[in-house]
Amino acid sequence: MTVDAVVADTFRQEWGRVVATLIRTTGDWDLAEECAQDAFAQALARWPGDGVPHRPGAWIVTAARNRAVDKLRRRNVESAKLRQLAATDEPSAGDPVGGDPGDPDPSGIGDDRLRLLFTCCHPALSLEARVALTLRTLAGLSTAEIARACLVSEATMAKRLVRTKSRIRNAGIPYRVPPAELLPARLPGVLAVLYLLFNEGYAATDGADVVRPDLCAEAIRLARLLARLLPEQPEAQGLLALMLLHDARRDARVDAAGCLVTMHDQDRTRWRRDEIDEGVAVLESALDRGDVGPYQLQALIAACHATAETTADTDWAGIARLYRRLLPVLPSPVVALNHAVAVAMSEGPAAGLELVERLDADGRLAGYHLLPATRADLLRRLGRREEAAAAYRSAIDLVDAGPVRDHLLRRLAEVSRSG
Amino acid sequence: MKFMLFVCADAAVVDRLADQPDEPDRDEPMPWPDELDAAGIRLDGDQLRPPRDATTVRVRGGEVLLGDGPFAETKEVIVGYDVIDCADLDEAVAIAARHPVAAGGVIEIRPFYQ
Repeated sequence: MTVDAVVADTFRQEWGRVVATLIRTTGDWDLAEECAQDAFAQALARWPGDGVPHRPGAWIVTAARNRAVDKLRRRNVESAKLRQLAATDEPSAGDPVGGDPGDPDPSGIGDDRLRLLFTCCHPALSLEARVALTLRTLAGLSTAEIARACLVSEATMAKRLVRTKSRIRNAGIPYRVPPAELLPARLPGVLAVLYLLFNEGYAATDGADVVRPDLCAEAIRLARLLARLLPEQPEAQGLLALMLLHDARRDARVDAAGCLVTMHDQDRTRWRRDEIDEGVAVLESALDRGDVGPYQLQALIAACHATAETTADTDWAGIARLYRRLLPVLPSPVVALNHAVAVAMSEGPAAGLELVERLDADGRLAGYHLLPATRADLLRRLGRREEAAAAYRSAIDLVDAGPVRDHLLRRLAEVSRSG
Repeated sequence: MKFMLFVCADAAVVDRLADQPDEPDRDEPMPWPDELDAAGIRLDGDQLRPPRDATTVRVRGGEVLLGDGPFAETKEVIVGYDVIDCADLDEAVAIAARHPVAAGGVIEIRPFYQ
């Protein structure tokens, strides 16, 4: 590995940990980021000549901490804070700084990254602020990268980050993992931010790329960390399993021409076996705990798909049953639509169409292209081609140019041609 | 009779001033509050951080819902106030969620400059 690659790798591994620890010891978010950045800049400048240190992560932590001590001295900060900072990571001499699976604190509460994640995802912050701050402070993405991921200008994102940090300071948002009695109420908010990150990467709302793998990878990395730090929370593992099982299909979702491929038509040999196996294993260990929440149910559904040899071979009746269990805990019309698809697959298109039409009448999914698109597919399978064509047209009207629209246009051409 | 004076200002100006690093200078003489204080007219008063640092708490169906903006966009009007002293926002939210009005109205939590 080249020195640059080692630095990049160390950055991915250690950024969040360094920033999280410095925020706890200095209470200053900007200082923490600056010092972490300086430490990596120093590494880039010195490692090529001095050689890569034996433990790169520990080197970065020390460099960042020294930098913080320097800066605080220059600001004449009271000695108490400096002493606390100097004491940081003293035990790290015997504590491997790079990814430590055997966390010293069995509750995981001692990990600063967990503290940082819960603070970034505090419910008193807007959802967009939570996403931006998580990407910046935990994942270490640059303002420009986050702006691109969130589809806003860099100036807007810079302002959002500054305001969010100042809000945390001024509104009195504590820097800690919520106590056990608040954890059940607060964890879903954290999981929602991570899943949103993942879906932003996976669904690519901007149309150009169907999948933005960077965001998916970051979301998986954070979910993995959370699942490891909160082993007693099966929903954290459920979310990780769900992401892995979706991500396993990413290569097969787009064909050589950049067109979206529906799961039915995907080349299943291109699904990533290792991710499927890991997802299933994580899910099984979560299910052993017996408290099955919405992420585990969705992961179970994804596992049914991921482990089936073909579309026909899929346990559609089982999937329909899982959706029926999911609906009361996640009463979303999108879940209801997916349930209808599973019913169509297990009991026939007519049974599915009946559910889709009920959803259509309910109006909550108005404007969501997958509703008319699903209706169109079912009508096509029932041989009602004219109605199918009309439904494809309604779906096409709801999506911007891009692979999804192209797919619908091809379907429309098919039903129009053979009619 | 007791009055609560809610001092209002142009939101854009408030935002701009809050972006400036310097906190308000407490040492400058301020005749309005000083004179009123000396006369025993003003019981309590201070400057609040801008609305964007506010947190709103409402309890609906037993669930505590937080918002990050002020309630001013809605039709709610201020009907009272309480000054509390506690460790952090989480504690303030817990106290606000127990307020009887939180179950139908909204409690806006605004930190003081300190």
